[in-house]
Amino acid sequence: MEPVRAQTVKVEVNGVEYEREVDARRLLIHFIRDDLGLTGSHIGCDTGNCGACSIIVDGTLLKSCMMLAVQVDGAKIETIEGLADGDQLTPLQQAFSDHHALQCGYCTPGMLMSATALLRKNRSPSDDEIRKGIQGNLCRCTGYVNIVEAIKAAAGS
Amino acid sequence: MTETTTVSPAQPLVVEEGEAQRGFIGTNVPRKEDKRLVQGQGVFFDDVKRHEMGFVHFVRSPYAHARIKHVDVSKALELDGVYGTLTGDEVAILTDPFFELSTPPGAHIKDYAIAVGSARHVGDPVAAVVARTRELARDASELVEVEYEPLPHVLDGEEALKDEVILHEDAGSNTVWSGVFDWGDFDAAVAEADHVVKIDRLHFDRFSSTPLECAGVLVEYNRGTGQWTLYGNHQMPGVGAIWMAPALRVGLDKLRFVSQDIGGGFGNKITLHPQFTACCLLARKLNRPVQWTEWRTDQHTANTHGNERTFLDVTVPVKADGTMLGFSVRAVDDCGAFPRYEPLGCIIWAQVTPGCYRWRNVRVDFTQVCTNKSPVAPNRGYSRMQHLWLTERIIDIVSQELGLDPVAVRKKNYVKHEEFPYETPNGCIYDSGDYARCLDVALELIGYDKIEERRVDAEARGKLLGFGIGSTLDSGTNNFGQSMILNPELQFSGNNEVATVKLDIFGEVVVTLGTVPQGQGHETTTAQVVADILGCTPDDVHVRAGHDSYWNSHAGFSGTYASQFAVTGLGAVKGAAEKLAVEMKQLAGAVFGGAPPEAIELAEGHARIKDNPEAALPFMALGAILNANNAGLPEDLDITLNVRYVYRPPFQKPDLERKYGNLTLTYATQVHACIVEIDPETGVYEIVDYAAVDDCGKRIHPQIVEGQVHGATAHGLGAATHEVFTYDADGNLLTPNFYDYHVPHALDMPPMRNGFIESESPFTPLGAKGMGEGGGAGIHAVCAALQDALGRRGEGPIVWRSCNPYHRVWDLLQSPQESRNFVTVESR
Repeated sequence: MEPVRAQTVKVEVNGVEYEREVDARRLLIHFIRDDLGLTGSHIGCDTGNCGACSIIVDGTLLKSCMMLAVQVDGAKIETIEGLADGDQLTPLQQAFSDHHALQCGYCTPGMLMSATALLRKNRSPSDDEIRKGIQGNLCRCTGYVNIVEAIKAAAGS
Repeated sequence: MTETTTVSPAQPLVVEEGEAQRGFIGTNVPRKEDKRLVQGQGVFFDDVKRHEMGFVHFVRSPYAHARIKHVDVSKALELDGVYGTLTGDEVAILTDPFFELSTPPGAHIKDYAIAVGSARHVGDPVAAVVARTRELARDASELVEVEYEPLPHVLDGEEALKDEVILHEDAGSNTVWSGVFDWGDFDAAVAEADHVVKIDRLHFDRFSSTPLECAGVLVEYNRGTGQWTLYGNHQMPGVGAIWMAPALRVGLDKLRFVSQDIGGGFGNKITLHPQFTACCLLARKLNRPVQWTEWRTDQHTANTHGNERTFLDVTVPVKADGTMLGFSVRAVDDCGAFPRYEPLGCIIWAQVTPGCYRWRNVRVDFTQVCTNKSPVAPNRGYSRMQHLWLTERIIDIVSQELGLDPVAVRKKNYVKHEEFPYETPNGCIYDSGDYARCLDVALELIGYDKIEERRVDAEARGKLLGFGIGSTLDSGTNNFGQSMILNPELQFSGNNEVATVKLDIFGEVVVTLGTVPQGQGHETTTAQVVADILGCTPDDVHVRAGHDSYWNSHAGFSGTYASQFAVTGLGAVKGAAEKLAVEMKQLAGAVFGGAPPEAIELAEGHARIKDNPEAALPFMALGAILNANNAGLPEDLDITLNVRYVYRPPFQKPDLERKYGNLTLTYATQVHACIVEIDPETGVYEIVDYAAVDDCGKRIHPQIVEGQVHGATAHGLGAATHEVFTYDADGNLLTPNFYDYHVPHALDMPPMRNGFIESESPFTPLGAKGMGEGGGAGIHAVCAALQDALGRRGEGPIVWRSCNPYHRVWDLLQSPQESRNFVTVESR
């Protein structure tokens, strides 16, 4: 029997339904960025270490470079583009700006998705819990100092 | 775990109010960049798509050194969806080698976009494939058949000096550049000394700041005009074009560089010209847009590392009271397979020749050499970091050997506050600062007065506690004339940066920069400066995001590198805004029936008559009158409301014979202090306390400054503890990705306290100094703290490498004599 090389994938991303024919080996991050044009999620490594591609799939935080697009058929996905309500930033996004928790902004979408998932589970995390919550996200600009401050501030708001 | 304390001095050290300081400069206005970036609406190069674009994948050498006997792309081309290929044979015909900055032998090295004749490091590109998808390009590259003849290789800098294996036959030697720098009278200093401390060997390890966004570009070729547009993340396109255009045999204007957001640079994106040139050739050959996104593994393996440097025969003459008279050293710098931006690193260190110290007698015998490893590029703290690590190691090793207090020795040897501006032995002018005060602030932040109690407490817990200081300078705003000290034929000197500011038809203030920001907040700080000069708010100032050569707001040295934006970039912004302000006043005066410009003031978004603020024209009226309703204006009113200003720092060409002159305009200070606790049973250690004090003169946006300090510290701590590019005996990189190359994550960062003082620069337009590189202070502080902890065990080891992962500390604990043998003291 011939192996299946492509498949139709139906997903809901940020409340919008998409249906696309995708190669069976297409990574979820490439599907999101290149096929759906949602370029807010980024790629910073080949190995699942950096977390720049972090998204929330059916309520679970994950790294979208570590999944195939065909695995999310039928799923509900949240990406960075879906956080703000129109022009209204979430308290977490606003806190990142207020506390200078971003410089180049490349890790920021993944970092915000991880922090969003963390704060949904734990409304008032300790510093240590915050650091554990974002340890899967690498930032090369900030040394994490202000990221931790921002998450702490958003948790309290 | 992190405690951030900002200590503000009771009084700033230097208070010289600049002309423009009216309101927004010096405050933490919201960053203009943030709104798009927190919503995933930034545009990074990989976000740019073009219809029918092809994806580029490079075929790379698996050998450290091999002759390329044959490259066969036919099987790759047969694959459906493969658009085309590029090989070294084609590149050799279609391009000239990139120009080399060095004198011979380095001048004779031939560096192409793709390896020609030989591959010289693992990962060296030997061909490129373009296909419909990223995956297909990768598949196809595996079908490219390359016949290699492996050659002997050399991985160690000192070995390479023997020229037993030669990388570049055209050069005939692995030496790129060598020269002796001799300032003061070193022999007399040795004769005068009470002690002479000799350190046989110190080694600064290879690492890089590894920006999270890898390199890449989308290239479009316009067949009708012969022009390439490069949507990429080159951080110094002015110089990139100077490399690429002659190689491609076209004029500079045929290369248009565009970038909006760049995901970190740290210098690692200065030498992207080989890959970008390959993409230009492919876009032209295939007549379609081509896109290259570097893989992380490729960046680590084959793009840019920081310089690796070995210091040999370090000799330090010391007086009985701890005054050091200078030093001599033989430095061997390993630049990997191709020099590219090198040999500039052979002179850049001389910006900070004596470090923070009053040393007058310095002799440096410097040699740079090629090895079969990844090429290097400037890396945050470029070349000065390695040298400052040497000066700090000298301070701490000499202190330990002579039983002196490293705090007291630093204070005794630091350049003193009252000596600024201070001329170093090689003619650099340290503009301002107060190193001893910075150290005091750091000691206070870290609780130095309790250090002995903490030592006892740690010992009770079976731990060795160590305290260390790293004091460094971040020299900024290069005088490119220093390149002529390496090669008098080079026609580079001075520096420049450009900004244009215009008042548009609806009253918008629009600024374009020549710089290429990668997270430094240029849009924000620019708006602060313009708002203060034009009398409006930062919200009224629209700063175009990123860089585009078509904006015509760039010059030869445009880019974002070498700690200079606050001086060169904002200097250009200030100059342009002031010219615009004059024009706006001229126009308003004319509209008010011939009032002189001096009678007009700009405030609250209006031009108004000082003595009669009711007579006011909003910016919109000024923009509309000149641009669209100008009938009746005086004929001699020669204004455009669209001004371009080139900031040029005041530099002279250096004295090439004496290798003497002012090499940079500003010197920001960093003093870091660190406390470590080592488990002597395992070598595992923890940084338990950390303080970073920064002095970069006038801080335009304190929050941005502090963010840079945090980031530079994280890079330093990563490099001190884990980050190292290690090779196996065959020349394979053992740390080619973020699994093996461990960069700090959130749990790795120690608690950090921050402090600052502000010593304004007397030489810059705003009193600000370039900053952000941080001089590697974290590396020096950790090495010093490890030295302190280990050295307390009687005949303790010498911390002689810059990167000390746990296993190296374990080695030092187990075999202290090995490194101890590197040091001798001759006392008279």
